[in-house]
Formats: sequence, structure tokens, C-alpha cells
Amino acid sequence: MNFRHIGADYRIVARSYLRNPVALFFSLIFPIILIGLFGAIFSATGSAKVTVVVLNEDHNSFVSQEFFSELNNTSIVSLQFANPATVSPTDFASWLGQNSQPVGLVIPAGFEANYTAYLQNHSNLHPVSLVLYTNPEDAADSGAATGAVQGVANGFNLYGAGGQAVVTLAPPRNVGSQIYTYIDYLIPGLVGFSILTSPMFSMVNITSEYRKNGLLRQLSLTPLTRAEWLVSRIAWYIMLTFVTAGIMIGAGVFLFNAHVQITLGLVPWLVVGPFLFVALGMLAGSVARTPESAAVIGNIITFPMMFLSGTFFAVSLFPPWLQTVAHVLPLYYVIDGMNQVMLFQNSSRAFFDFVVVLAISLVFFVAAVRLFKWRDE
Amino acid sequence: MAGAIEVHGLVKRYGALAAVDGIDFTVPAGSVFAFLGPNGAGKTTTVEILEGLRGRTEGTVSVLGLDPWTQGDELHRKIGVIPQDFHFFEKITPLEAIHYYRSLFHTRVDPQELLRVVELSDKANARFDTLSGGQKQKLGLALALTNDPEICFLDEPTTGLDPHARRSIWEVIRTQKREGRTVFLTTHYLEEAEILADQVAIINHGKIIASGTPSEIIRVHGQTERMRIEGSPELARYLAEKLGIAVAATDGHIEIELAGKRDALRILSAIDASGLPWESFSTRQDTLEDVFVRLVGAMDEGALQSGGSP
Repeated sequence: MNFRHIGADYRIVARSYLRNPVALFFSLIFPIILIGLFGAIFSATGSAKVTVVVLNEDHNSFVSQEFFSELNNTSIVSLQFANPATVSPTDFASWLGQNSQPVGLVIPAGFEANYTAYLQNHSNLHPVSLVLYTNPEDAADSGAATGAVQGVANGFNLYGAGGQAVVTLAPPRNVGSQIYTYIDYLIPGLVGFSILTSPMFSMVNITSEYRKNGLLRQLSLTPLTRAEWLVSRIAWYIMLTFVTAGIMIGAGVFLFNAHVQITLGLVPWLVVGPFLFVALGMLAGSVARTPESAAVIGNIITFPMMFLSGTFFAVSLFPPWLQTVAHVLPLYYVIDGMNQVMLFQNSSRAFFDFVVVLAISLVFFVAAVRLFKWRDE
Repeated sequence: MAGAIEVHGLVKRYGALAAVDGIDFTVPAGSVFAFLGPNGAGKTTTVEILEGLRGRTEGTVSVLGLDPWTQGDELHRKIGVIPQDFHFFEKITPLEAIHYYRSLFHTRVDPQELLRVVELSDKANARFDTLSGGQKQKLGLALALTNDPEICFLDEPTTGLDPHARRSIWEVIRTQKREGRTVFLTTHYLEEAEILADQVAIINHGKIIASGTPSEIIRVHGQTERMRIEGSPELARYLAEKLGIAVAATDGHIEIELAGKRDALRILSAIDASGLPWESFSTRQDTLEDVFVRLVGAMDEGALQSGGSP
């Protein structure tokens, strides 16, 4: 391994990259767009309330107003009221659909009368059924609304029965040492996304393209070795990853007040990540016979990793069989490792992830150097 | 002169197909050697074997005393190669490209001087993707010379270039020869080979069908020098009777084979003495291109005939 060769090749790679507006866009601007886009979509997640449209058939009775007050106190739902003069309980479901409202609640007539009658005489029990309409396609909002309404109803029942709450729920707290928002969890995922896509697509493309146009054949007649060619590119993408990660983390912090730990523990990931995917990209480009087939192979490798490694969604949300699939994807360990470093400060798990990624990287590196050919036979 | 390249009994087979079928040739050090042949004749395969890019099936090959296949790394430090349709990193300038090669080969060549040699100084800082075809080839040539090679392999270096660009590349090739380098040239332009080459080999269907200096090949395989006169059939008959030689007359043209230079003087004296009208005269000898077309054409025709016979 000749470091002078690596340095010379590194300068060529760097100049080629820095003079390519498309590459620069994807390295410097796209990360900000990505963070901005996902941040705008998800930064309010957890604080946004579920809108519940109420049809109050009990004519604004005191008890129904108390019920609404308690619902508001949950901070989970925001109430809107349908006009009972224009909407009937039998038409309410279709009315909700026509007005694109996913959740609706009907307070039946006699709600106050039946409840106060029970308070005055416990033997006088005439249960009142609240009707909650939900949208199965919006499981999160539907679940939240159901929980809120059920919780307030249970409170009314407990009070009506003269009971006292023994077990209560303190205000919710987040996993980890700080209070995190979705954007905090998203940043390691998007940095991992960037570590995957930039080297992978670039290496797959140039390996096949340079072979096709004879540039690799030309280089095979110089003292530059395959390993040196690969190492110079790994070095470049490591540098680029530091810049991109810095931009993404900076954008997350400044635009969305993200809370992530920026420690030296992040450095190994910004080194081993590009190492892994440059080698994998070169390997994929090496087995492809044409630039067109290289693009297909690159996409087949990249897209499942992009979506199944915890980039945008936590792997724990997946069904068990899909979680098993995620655990064989190298990017999973990169993102999980960065999560451990940036959020949970779990150094032992991060170390395990690092060893896994390093081992896979070394295998890919050796395979890429062995299978890479300067020219078609 | 010692052989910079020596090839004996070289065979390269791809399955049942013999792309190179037992060829022998020697390229003297310090000479320009042109390797000619139609498409698919085995030129590129042979060149790639010599460059160490491809293995061989049989035979011995020595380039600068090295076996290209087993000693390729050592050989590549001593040779320069410009491939057909040279490509480089698109955003890199010629000056940066030479610096790059200089670092890879650990040489101290002056990049500006090299660019001057290939007449590319004015484009030193232009990016590769903005260069014309001729300028790209010149950069390829400059890179091939960066390691001060003992042999330059130039694979169709002027294909697709305008006449001016071709001539400037020819001048670089002449300079290399003057400086004692061996040049192995493959080209489609027979005129180019005739002008530049000391030695020529013509390959077809994997076999060398002619070799030697351009004039030797023309002498051995070409037709005799001829004089062509624009004149009447009467003049043709007069010359035949007066000189006692074979005279062909067609469409106002008279053609006479010249056995020697003095024949031309005798014919001109006879024309002058005849008093018959004539317009102009010229002498013509076969070019390398005429010989090439005739040899390759005859071989292909023969192959067709033998292939077509029962």
C-alpha cells in the first residue's frame, strides 16, 4: 500500500467531486432538505392533539360539559362540535366521512339525567353508551382518541361509585437520559441514510462506468493498485461523511432544536460506515457487467436497507419476521450504533454494533479487492 | 538493433476461435513499428498481450526482456500506452492529470514541458470534458509519456481526428523516435503507417500476411510503377510500335508499365517525336494502402472461395 498513490488518487477524487454540481448538491444541500422535510413532517409528532368531533345529543348539559372539560385536560384530544340541529346520530358516520373527520363522539340524550340519577341512588343504574367513531386507516389517532374517551369514562364511573384513584399515571417521560422528540431519533437514521446512499450509488456507478469507457483499463497500466484505488475513495467518503453528518446534525439542532449527544464516540461510526458502503458499492459494481445492470444491483441492495434498517421507522415497530430481516442488514447496525451513541449512551451495545460493522466491512473490503477487475476479460 | 519486442509462435484462442494464430515478429528498439489489419484481424488482442493485459494460449512474448503476463507490474513502469478512444476523469485538467500520473509513477517530468511537446499548453487548465477529441488524444499521449517510457503503444491514436490534429500527433511520434523510443503503432490509416513506420506488419484472420519496411512490402506485393498519359489511341499505337512495349489504352488514357526509371525518358521522347496531341502525364506507384487492400481482399476472397467450395 503506497500512501503517495492514495494521496494522488484522493486528490483526483476530491477535485472530481467538488467540481460536480450534482454531487455537491447531494452532499451539502440535500441533507438540509432531508432534515428540513422530515423535521417539518415529524417534529410536532407527540404534541399534536387528535381532533374529535362531538355530537352532543344531551343539549349542553352540565355533566356533558364536565365530560368535555376532562377530555380537554387529557391534552390528547381537541374537541370540535357538530350542530345537532343539522346532523342526526344516524347520519353522523357518513357526515364524518364527508367532512374528512377521522374521529367522532356521540353523547346520547339522557346522559346527565341517567348519571345524576345514579349518583343520587346507586340502585338506579341505567348505563349510558357513548358512541365513538374511528378510522381504521388512522390507527394512531383512533387509538389515542379511544384511550382518552375510555379514560375519562372510567374516571366518571369511579367518581360515581364513590371510589378513589389508587394508581395514577405521572406525566409521560421519554426513553434515555433526556426528553427526546421524534427529530432526535430521526437524526441518527438520516445520517445513516446518507452514509449508505452517497458512497453506494457513487461507487456502483463509477465502477461500472469507468470500466465501460476504458478508464479503469488505463489505470491498470499504472502502479496504482486496486486496494489503493479503494482506500482513496474510502478516505474521501469518510471526509464527506463528516461534513454531511455535521450539516445534518447542525440543521436538526438549529432548525428543530434537536437533542443529540455529539461525542467522540460518533467518530468510529463516521469512519466505519463509509468504509463499509464504499467497499460494498465497489463489490456491487464489480459483479455488474454493464452500467445499467449495476444501477439495478445497486438499487436492489440499497432500497431494502434504506427502509428496513431503522432509518425512518424504529425496527421494533416491524413484525417479528421483518425484524429478523432487518438484523441481517449492515445499515441496521450502523444506525443502531449511532442511536446508542447519540441518544442512549449505551457504550456496550454501541461497541457490539461497531464490531459487527467492522467485521462486515473487512469482509466486503477483501471481497471487493479480489473481485474488482480493472477491465472486462 | 536488439528487439524491443520479440514474438514467436503467438497463439490466442477463445474456445475454438483462434484470434491470433501463430504469429512471429520482432520490433527493433528505437523504431516505429506499425501493426495493421482490418477490424477483427487480431490487432487489439495482440497489443493487449504485449501490454500484459491479456494472457496467451501459446508462444513466447518478450517486451523489453520481460514476459508481459507474469512481469506486468515491472513492464508497466517502462511502457506508455494510449488506448483507442482515450478517456479520463471528466472534471480533471491536463495539468492535474499529468501531476497525478507523475505521482503514481514517481517521475520528475515537467508537466508544462510535456504539454508543450503534445501541443496542449493552451488547454493546461481546461477540464477534460471540455476538450475536443484531438485534445483528449493529445492528453492521452502526454500521459503515455509521463513515465519516460522505453516503448509507446499507440492504439489508433489519430482515429477521428481532423488533419491538423493528426499531423501534430505524427510530429510527437517522430519526436519519440528521434529520442530513441520504440513506438508500436496500430492504425487504420495506411498513409500514416507509410509515413511514420520503419517496419510494418499486416495481420488478417490472426495471421501475419506481410511484413517488412513499407517500401519492401510495396515492392514485393505491389504492382510495377506505371506512366499514365492523357492521349489518343493513335498515340498509343505509335508508342507501342516505336518502343516495342505493351501499351494499354482506355477512354483517352494510355497506361504503360515502367521496367525502370529510364523507360519514362524514352516514352517522353517518343511522345515528343510523334507530333500527336497529348494533354498530361503522371507516374504512379502502389501505396501501402493499395497493397493492404489487395492482400486483405485477396485473402478474404480466397477464404470465401474455399469456404464456398464443396
